[in-house]
Amino acid sequence: MKVGLFIPCYINQLYPQVGIATVEVLEKLNVEIVYPTGQTCCGQPMANSGYENESVGACNNFVQNFKEFDYIVTPSGSCAYHVKKHYNILEQTPEVVKVRDNVYELCDFIVNVLKIKDLGASFPAKVGVHKSCHGLRGLRLGSCSEVVGPYFSSIDDLLKEVKGVELMELKRKDECCGFGGTFAVTEEAVSVKMGKDKIQDHLDSGVEVITATDTSCLMHLEGLVNRNKQPLKILHVAEILNSQL
Amino acid sequence: MSHSKLASIFNKDEKKVDWHDKALWFVRHKRDLSVHQVKGWESLRDLGHGIKAHMLSNLDSYLQEFEKNAQANGVEVHWAANGEEHNQIVHKILKENNAKKIVKSKSMLTEECHLNPYLEADGMEVIDTDLGERIVQLAKEPPSHIVLPAIHKNKHEVDELFQEHLGTEPCDGDPQYLTHEARKHLREKFITADAAITGVNFAIAETGGFVVCTNEGNADMGAHLAPVHIACMGVEKIIPKQEHLGVFLRLLARSATGQPITTYSSHFRKPKDGRKMHIVIVDNGRSEQLSRPDFRASLHCIRCGACMNTCPIYRRSGGHSYDATIPGPIGSILSPGKDLTKHSSLPFASTLCGSCSNVCPVKIDIHSQLYKWRQIITKETPQPFVKKASMKMMGTMFSKPSQFERVGKLARWSLRTLPKSVINAKPNTWGKERDLPKGPKQSFDEWYAEKRKQE
Repeated sequence: MKVGLFIPCYINQLYPQVGIATVEVLEKLNVEIVYPTGQTCCGQPMANSGYENESVGACNNFVQNFKEFDYIVTPSGSCAYHVKKHYNILEQTPEVVKVRDNVYELCDFIVNVLKIKDLGASFPAKVGVHKSCHGLRGLRLGSCSEVVGPYFSSIDDLLKEVKGVELMELKRKDECCGFGGTFAVTEEAVSVKMGKDKIQDHLDSGVEVITATDTSCLMHLEGLVNRNKQPLKILHVAEILNSQL
Repeated sequence: MSHSKLASIFNKDEKKVDWHDKALWFVRHKRDLSVHQVKGWESLRDLGHGIKAHMLSNLDSYLQEFEKNAQANGVEVHWAANGEEHNQIVHKILKENNAKKIVKSKSMLTEECHLNPYLEADGMEVIDTDLGERIVQLAKEPPSHIVLPAIHKNKHEVDELFQEHLGTEPCDGDPQYLTHEARKHLREKFITADAAITGVNFAIAETGGFVVCTNEGNADMGAHLAPVHIACMGVEKIIPKQEHLGVFLRLLARSATGQPITTYSSHFRKPKDGRKMHIVIVDNGRSEQLSRPDFRASLHCIRCGACMNTCPIYRRSGGHSYDATIPGPIGSILSPGKDLTKHSSLPFASTLCGSCSNVCPVKIDIHSQLYKWRQIITKETPQPFVKKASMKMMGTMFSKPSQFERVGKLARWSLRTLPKSVINAKPNTWGKERDLPKGPKQSFDEWYAEKRKQE
């Protein structure tokens, strides 16, 4: 099994600890990973802003870096979703189709490909899960509150097995946090309000640590928590899964 | 003004935003409780989607079938290519019947065509009889929601409005008193009306009949009392068969308010003896939307408003921030088809969270269509130079790994070294209310290279 690791651009530069935790978690599971060093970004920032054409170079670079692998694993539901959903702007060569088929968000990969739930981690804290939208409603990494059907969630599956983790129930279990890429800046007022409301829901639910599959949402929430000096810790799910506290 | 500007004005009053958000979330929550009790809800959505898709693919023949059957029932059928023609037709019918006083039950189509000012210009009195519609009409405002037109107003605002226009006593926003007074006021209008205008929720090709759904019974009251009934419908309101009604009536009210069915589902087929019934079928840009493969499914819409209630942006920016007849997610995919430049900010008033597509009873892929409109808007409407240039620069940087590394290094250094006052100063909009992460010394790339060396 050849597994390529994709570390999204903003994690690479701003949150390397999330990438490191991802590597360590996968190594603990005896997954042999390769990190192609020519990788940059999936192209989403341009595409979601309406400049899909400007993202073609980034998309092609992604395909070139990952075409060899049986699986592409990334600690981001949003980036994985972008590759799957929006790489239809490239010519659908066998390489492009393969890359789109084989890209997985980290929790999805562990639960549904490796079929593992207990990673032997321990993390004694009251944890609130932020269900990032692109992973949830795009990749269907869990059941959505709007849709009628049985409950499931790959991130919850993994966190439930972490010793000491107490998963806290939120009032609005899968409302968007308001990050939304360039939306965070172009619709600043609404974006900030959504983030503040999301954080309040976690605080009201007794959460000590907010976690998610996506650092992009977390960067937005962390920005607000830090500015407003609120008693919350923000960690990517890979960091919790990699903990031995 | 763009959506973001209007939204930021709305957000100046945070308490009002909280109240607006909670009021609509309450409706979304009621919808959840209701649909989660329906076994086969998702299949019902599939059916609704399928019937609408089939109807749109055969729209011409179903419209003709509907016309033929409606005419056989004694209904006069009119065709309007656009809003102007629609208004002219309605006006002509009213003139022919010497109608001066008109009662209207809720119709988003007549809003879209701006019928009221057109008729008022000729001295006609048009009274919107849905309570919420009447409230916004008195306030001289457009509806802010398609099902809950006055949801942006609280009871105290309604109290003041009624004191001013209906001469009510101050009542500290007592809803019972206010609705009672509204009822008295509207009764008089119903009794003296010369004509009634209604919308149409579903028009059945097979029978030539149509259905209007209300909770207040105002459509019936108007149509049964007045000598002339004019029903206005967009071409997409057609459904092929009577038996399909069961699917849509089950979907509509649950999605809209969480009710199993609206209080009144009124079936109209033919005029009473000595009375007249007209149907005006309106295109007004719909066939153009139908011609766009990426956006034709937007015409599936049955106007339940569920996408508005669920939309975290709509709830926190208010319907008026969309500056369009139909606000919210569905409006943001319909409006650009009518005037791309005017509505160019709407498809960007979304995080693409996808909740709208999940609640939509007829499974319109709303968030995917928002994404597609974005691609068109940046090509076909003027864009700020800074946005265009920065996207080009990012595109180039991300296609060249060495450039990405250099820019990343500089960004990390800046975030680590510069004082917060500099980092968060204008034009950094992010920094107005949010911190940025502290730039780490080592990127993941650098960590990985080091690790490889050690191995």
